[in-house]
Amino acid sequence: MVLLTRKIEFSAAHRYDNPAFSPEENRRVFGKCNNAHGHGHNYTLEVTVAGEPNAVTGMVMDLKDLKDLLEREIMQRMDHRNLNVEVPELAGKIPTCENIALVIWNLLEPKIPAGRLHRVRLYESDDLFADCYRATTANGNGSTRQGSAVKR
Amino acid sequence: MSGELKVAMGRRYKFSASHRLHNAALSADENREIYGKCNNPHGHGHNYVLEVMVSGPVDAATGMIANLADLDAYVERRVLDDYDHKSFNEDVAAFRKMVPTTENVCVDIFERLKNFSQAKLERVRVEETGNNTFEYAGDANEEPNL
Repeated sequence: MVLLTRKIEFSAAHRYDNPAFSPEENRRVFGKCNNAHGHGHNYTLEVTVAGEPNAVTGMVMDLKDLKDLLEREIMQRMDHRNLNVEVPELAGKIPTCENIALVIWNLLEPKIPAGRLHRVRLYESDDLFADCYRATTANGNGSTRQGSAVKR
Repeated sequence: MSGELKVAMGRRYKFSASHRLHNAALSADENREIYGKCNNPHGHGHNYVLEVMVSGPVDAATGMIANLADLDAYVERRVLDDYDHKSFNEDVAAFRKMVPTTENVCVDIFERLKNFSQAKLERVRVEETGNNTFEYAGDANEEPNL
C-alpha cells in the first residue's frame, strides 16, 4: 500500500460558544476562543489517500482529481468564511479542529473510491491539529494502537 | 469502508534539555565508538518538540476530545516541569538507569502521560532536531515501566 497526501491551506473565522451554557460557563470552558466577535486561523489540511499504484499510470489517485475535489468541497465551502454561520455542515456544532476534521472526512469519504481515504489531518496552528481516520481491526495493518517499538 | 471512525487531537510542546549518551556498563572506548560526539563528557543539548496524540469521542457540548487547557496543564505538570531546562542525566530519575536517547525519552514521556483521564493517549512523538524524530505508542505486552 502506498499513501498519497495532498495539502491545502484555507483561512477562516470561528468562535466557540455553546448557547446551552451561561456566558460565564462559555468563558470558563472556551477561554479566549469565546471572544464575542470571533477570531480566525490559517488552517492547513492534509488529505491522505491509500492504495496500490495503478499498473498503467503509476498513480494511487490522480492528484488533479484530488486537487479539484478539495477545491470544490473544501476551499469553496470554507476558505475566507465564518465557520459558525456560513458552513451548514457545522451548524449547531462547536467549530473545533476535531469537528471540522470530522465534517471534512464526511464530505470527502463518499467522493473518494471506497475504503481509500486514509486520513484527514487538520492543523489549526503549528501546535494544534486533529486527525480523522478509521480504526483498523486487530489483524489489520497500520493501526496506531499496535505500535510496539521505538523506531528511528 | 470498515472500522469505526476515530478522531484524535495532536498538540505540540517545546522543551530544551541537555543530555549525554553514555552507558556506564561499557568501556570509555566503546561509549565513544557507539555514541560518537553524543558521548562528550560535558553533555550537549537540544530544543526538543513533543507531539502528544490523544483520541476519544468528541464531546457534543464542547466539540472537544479533551479540554485543551487541561491537557496543557497535565503535560506541563507531568513532563515539562521536570524536563524543560534540565539535564536528563542529572535531573530526571528515569535516566539514572536508562541512557537518555530520544527513544528512551519517548518511552518515559509515554509512561508519564498514559493515565490522562479525559482521553486515550495514542502516542508520543519527539523531534530531537528537525532531522531526527522518534515515536512511541506504548506496548501492550510490556510490563509497566514505572
